[in-house]
Amino acid sequence: MCLGIPGEVIEFLPDQPDLARVDVSGVKRVINVGLLSDELLEPGDWVLIHVGFALSKIDEDEAAAALSFLQGIGQAYEDELAALQESRIE
Amino acid sequence: MTAGRLDHPAARQPADEAAGPQSPPAEAGEASWVQQALREHDEQAREELARQQEQAGNHEQAGNHEQAGNHEQASPGAARHVHRGSPQPLPGTVREELVLERIDRARRSRPRVREDRITMSHGAGGKATQTLIEAIFLDAFRNPLLEPLEDAAQLHVNGSRLAMTTDSYVVSPLFFPGGDIGDLAVNGTINDLSMAGAVPVCLSAGFILEEGFPVADLSRIVASMRAAADRAGVQIVTGDTKVVERGKADGCYINTAGLGLIEGDLLLGVAQARPGDVIMVSGPIGDHGVTIMLARGELGIEADVTSDTAPLHGLVADLLAQADGVRALRDATRGGVATILNEIATAASVGILVNEDDIPVRAAVRGASELLGIDPMYVACEGRLVAVVDPAHAERALAALRGHPQGAQSAIIGHVTAEPPGIVQLKTAFGGTRIVDLLVGDPLPRIC
Amino acid sequence: MRFVDEFRNADTAHALAARIAELCEPGRQYKLMEVCGGHTHTIYKHGLEDYLPEQITLVHGPGCPVCVIPMGRVDDAMALAAEPDVIMTSFGDMMRVPGSNGSFFDAKARGTDIRMVYSPLDSLKIARQNPDKRVVFMAIGFETTAPSTAMTVLRAAAEGLRNFSIFCNHVTIVPAIKAILDSPDLRLDGFIGPGHVSTVIGCRPYEFIARDYGKPVVTAGFEPLDILQSIYMLMLQLSRGESIVENQYSRVVPWDGNPVALKAIGETMELRPYFEWRGLGFISHSALKVREKYAAFDAELLFSVPGVRVADPTACQCGEVLKGVLKPWECKVFGTACTPETPIGTCMVSPEGACAAYYNYGRLTRTRVKEASRS
Repeated sequence: MCLGIPGEVIEFLPDQPDLARVDVSGVKRVINVGLLSDELLEPGDWVLIHVGFALSKIDEDEAAAALSFLQGIGQAYEDELAALQESRIE
Repeated sequence: MTAGRLDHPAARQPADEAAGPQSPPAEAGEASWVQQALREHDEQAREELARQQEQAGNHEQAGNHEQAGNHEQASPGAARHVHRGSPQPLPGTVREELVLERIDRARRSRPRVREDRITMSHGAGGKATQTLIEAIFLDAFRNPLLEPLEDAAQLHVNGSRLAMTTDSYVVSPLFFPGGDIGDLAVNGTINDLSMAGAVPVCLSAGFILEEGFPVADLSRIVASMRAAADRAGVQIVTGDTKVVERGKADGCYINTAGLGLIEGDLLLGVAQARPGDVIMVSGPIGDHGVTIMLARGELGIEADVTSDTAPLHGLVADLLAQADGVRALRDATRGGVATILNEIATAASVGILVNEDDIPVRAAVRGASELLGIDPMYVACEGRLVAVVDPAHAERALAALRGHPQGAQSAIIGHVTAEPPGIVQLKTAFGGTRIVDLLVGDPLPRIC
Repeated sequence: MRFVDEFRNADTAHALAARIAELCEPGRQYKLMEVCGGHTHTIYKHGLEDYLPEQITLVHGPGCPVCVIPMGRVDDAMALAAEPDVIMTSFGDMMRVPGSNGSFFDAKARGTDIRMVYSPLDSLKIARQNPDKRVVFMAIGFETTAPSTAMTVLRAAAEGLRNFSIFCNHVTIVPAIKAILDSPDLRLDGFIGPGHVSTVIGCRPYEFIARDYGKPVVTAGFEPLDILQSIYMLMLQLSRGESIVENQYSRVVPWDGNPVALKAIGETMELRPYFEWRGLGFISHSALKVREKYAAFDAELLFSVPGVRVADPTACQCGEVLKGVLKPWECKVFGTACTPETPIGTCMVSPEGACAAYYNYGRLTRTRVKEASRS
């Protein structure tokens, strides 16, 4: 509902534990990661950014699973289309 | 108490009862505009009801329904085509078309400035700016030279064709990655002349300086202007200086006027766009606006973007020398490429269809825009042009642009269509279509 | 852009669209509500309705936190901004919402000190830089944004900042959904559930929708494929006669939400007994206010706000659009007297309002759109 953008954690600010620098497509911004204090956050992790705060850590396994489902649907569709066209030729 | 229970107004706390709802104060002008809209709506609703009742009388058992499209032309009592077995119009489809017609009429109606004070929207280059120009300036100054409202006015003086333009520069901050206000002033003026196909000859430069402004900064700005003018082969031949008290003029404002010479019978103008014409842009969009937004430092964003401020007269000269069929040129400044496209569509009464995939945007500009929730299509450039070209000559035009350093990343982004007139559409990377309307307000970051 | 571009693949969209169409029972109409304004925005921005069969209608819900703020509260905010030593800070979305006497934008033109911020933390910076002024932050948003406001208040408290307060207009999503479910005007078949709200509250709060009302819910992401996949999942449930809550946005939404965020909200805020929503009327326990412990940061206590209820202008039908009863173009003043440039109500001015989304992006009938993309 509200604008949330995925960004990659680059580094934590040394003297301010709640703050981290993130990268969004080459653009860097310092955001507050205090809402993820329960998680183990490391540089290289991806987070969802909303109004200057990290709201959630992106689960890369889930993302991969979602993508592979979507790709699968796409592939299965193409296979069906191909099968349909083949059967027409006969 | 269960959350979410819709309380009856009677169950409100006593404190609330005391202050019942008030109607907002009605403003005379506002109210009449709203009343008119309501009247039109009710009229249409009555017409439709009458039509539907008449239709009900014409029904056969199998359900013959008028095709949705016929409602556009039909008026009560006119002959109608009843098609047997045609598909049932979607509930609401007919209604939607009538509404859209009404909206079209409203959009074409005479522009009026409704606000009683100037707001920042009036300077953003979008709808409010356009309304202000048409309702206040054009209305007062109206004459044939002004009416085209192109980047430069085209005049005949003793057998020569001149182009004349004026611009004011109020950018903040004054110095930013890629240039400063001085660069913008010279390049921007040159570009306005170039868009008319004119060879820039000379500029004027008027300065409004704030009391307390460092002379060193002024020298820097002026040095930039000199360098930019030299690069472009033009001279600053006259000027003016004013100083205002501390607190006004934000350091330094610059106003320019430019004069150029148009050769032969070249005639460029957005009203000449025709269905089939190809639309191209000379490089990645949105660089300047994003640079400025980040340079203000309020958003805490660091990125590797610099302003694209540059003079385009060389690029335009190459283009016009190597390709025929260029119908119009516009430089995309405030309001971005989207504004230009809308100006073309409106001036020529044509539609425009562009492909999101084909529009060049730097990754960092895209990232910053996503972060802020703004659309790069509305973000200012300062060294990019949009060209409308006859399709027969499009390839050569593109090659000409790409052959010049300022146009190395030129790309064809779409084409002109016959329908729907005045509307710009975008085919999304995803395959759907959406409208690209005139900018409203200032690009506000979308947050929530 | 990673985690964005992969979810915008057109071929997969066609595949999903075909699957969705297959699941439609012949002759049956389906009404699915997307609750979030963000989803409405995506749907129109990417032309998603082009991909759906005509049997499926998407109904736009009230999940636009700017849209549901009643006029009286806007007037209250303007009154706060007008106080002589106040700097009002606000998200961009609020700037053009019309109150009885214009919007923040108009007030700014008249000289009121109103500044747009990207994050509530920016307001703290302004407060630190302007010790002789009082900074008020216009806090809006559902549970997505409330934790950020909460953390900001906690930080202000930790720093002992004396010149910062919030005007709290945070609302909660579940009561609004319940109000829709209980409304006699609407018969919905399923819900595309809020995405980012769910990162905070998780998916459990929606279980009552499936269990007690028998409607399937799928928490959805904001990319076009996310929404299409969610519709596919809803149609699958409907075709099987199921109704459960599913999480399509699992890469971002944890089933149990974000406990740290919920704790921050709970520490600084509490539910108001009732709150007025534009269009939906008074809803109990549907909005947040600052807890007594943090009263020093509650603008409603530090200043006196008029607190007057103001009815919407008679021409405004935002309420019905927010409930999904009216489509944007069915509002009598849509596009004529009410436009993004001259909004009468909130639905047209918020970028996530249904009217704004439709006017800005979708304002052509399906037939015209198809014609144009063929030419």
